[in-house]
Amino acid sequence: MLLGTIEQGLIFAIMALGLYISYKILDFPDLTVDGSFPMGASIVAILITKGFNPILALIVAFIGGSLAGFVTGYIHIKFKITNLLAGIIVMTGLYSINLRIMGRSNIPLFGIDNIFSNRSNLFIILFIVLLSKFFLDYLLKTKFGFSLRALGDNETLVISLGIDQKKLKIIGLMLANGLVALSGGILAQYQGFSDIAMGTGTIVTGLASIIIGESVLKKGKMLNVTTIVIIGSILYRFIILGSLKIGFNASDIKLITATLTVGIMAFKGKRFKLTFPLLFKKKLGGVFQNAQN
Amino acid sequence: MLKINNLNKSFHSELGTEKKVFRGLDFQLNHGDFVSVIGSNGAGKSTLLNIIMGNTSPNSGKLYIENKDFTNLASYKRNTFISKVYQNPTLGTAPSMTIYENLSMADNKGKKFNLTLGLNKKKKELYKNTLTELGLGLEKQLDTEVGLLSGGQRQCLALIMATLNKPKILLLDEHTAALDPQTSKLIMEKTKKIVESNNIPTLMITHNLNDAIKYGNRLIMLHEGRIILDFKDSEKQDLTPEKLLRIFQTKNTSIKDDELFSL
Repeated sequence: MLLGTIEQGLIFAIMALGLYISYKILDFPDLTVDGSFPMGASIVAILITKGFNPILALIVAFIGGSLAGFVTGYIHIKFKITNLLAGIIVMTGLYSINLRIMGRSNIPLFGIDNIFSNRSNLFIILFIVLLSKFFLDYLLKTKFGFSLRALGDNETLVISLGIDQKKLKIIGLMLANGLVALSGGILAQYQGFSDIAMGTGTIVTGLASIIIGESVLKKGKMLNVTTIVIIGSILYRFIILGSLKIGFNASDIKLITATLTVGIMAFKGKRFKLTFPLLFKKKLGGVFQNAQN
Repeated sequence: MLKINNLNKSFHSELGTEKKVFRGLDFQLNHGDFVSVIGSNGAGKSTLLNIIMGNTSPNSGKLYIENKDFTNLASYKRNTFISKVYQNPTLGTAPSMTIYENLSMADNKGKKFNLTLGLNKKKKELYKNTLTELGLGLEKQLDTEVGLLSGGQRQCLALIMATLNKPKILLLDEHTAALDPQTSKLIMEKTKKIVESNNIPTLMITHNLNDAIKYGNRLIMLHEGRIILDFKDSEKQDLTPEKLLRIFQTKNTSIKDDELFSL
């Protein structure tokens, strides 16, 4: 039970890392993840039942998730659809796409060769999680990573550095959703099935992991943000385990997660940020007013 | 350096009335120019900067930099050779990143933001020295997140970041208006030093007539989209705020008459 909880926490940690990019770094509450998570699972399920290599299936899942992120970013930028709505639209569309990919609403994967076959589960999961973590750690230290971090902070600055901020935002969302789909793909192999409904509440689960990590641990020299997110994800699984132990039903989990998320946010007094800073728009608005005077 | 030819720009209100901001504006910013731009609200100062930056597109007219047409260049591409310091200190820096990270990023302006390491270790000493010159103690806070700095400190940093890579043109949009008098003075002095030592052609919008006269070597007054005054060097030095106001009032009335007749 204990080991299983840690393993699950680690698998969902990859999703939380993806969400960290969109929600925390880009300041983009990306609901696409509710669709890209099961998308990763769907892709992996259909590919490995057709006999493809399970690692190759995970790579395809990552690419599929990135495509979903691309669409969200593209419609947000091109058609000026607000970030929240863009995510909801793509998530809704992905429901049908995922059903198309799988051909039905549930694919069992028992007895099919996967990344966990004849190997230690924990070892495999830990390997993938650490790989994602170090990849992200390095990425955020590069010039590209700097520009990504600056984008969520201050879009005007990013433009002033001569960077195409629209392209950058799309790349960020692709990376985020790629990781989320990867996580979905690993989960499908781990639990032995893929289900169309497994994405519901992904964003809140990821968000809960991030804020639990952030409220329990303090950023420091030894503990960087990615480690905090991973530990947060494991802690979240233990909270869920605890709630089940004290007698809650499995169906209550979503409500517990939602309440927990609000509770921590209220407790920390942090505002739930939904949109990008409006300073840039205000500036333009001001010019129009000036022109009218 | 920067040349603006026959610029026309008008805005339309929701009711369909047209407000003409520029009617055939011509302007040239030369090498070694540090121009103060003054003018009342609605004179077109901010619109001018927005057109140069590419945030607003003109109805007609051309913009040239070193004789190259950049009228239709995307905003982010113009930023590879133009820098702007905003009135709002938060617009020039990334608050969740450290001073060192912000400076390294600014140093890479116009270049590729690729997968090489972001911190510029070679220039750390240079950054420290530049910050020491300010006398605000920022050199000891290289690893402090910029969001924790005061407005004045952030604006100083924004100015340094905007000029670190020696842009071809520097635009200052009332960049000291939101600061206390002391910090405002510090930033103006620093601006003067940076602009003069690097020889960056600069356009500075200000509502402070004293600053407009004291700093720079050229002063223009915009009124209803036209340059009604253009003083250089010695002419400019002889100005006082009172003189400037008097000239403005006479010009203002004569222009009003012109408009009446042209109708």
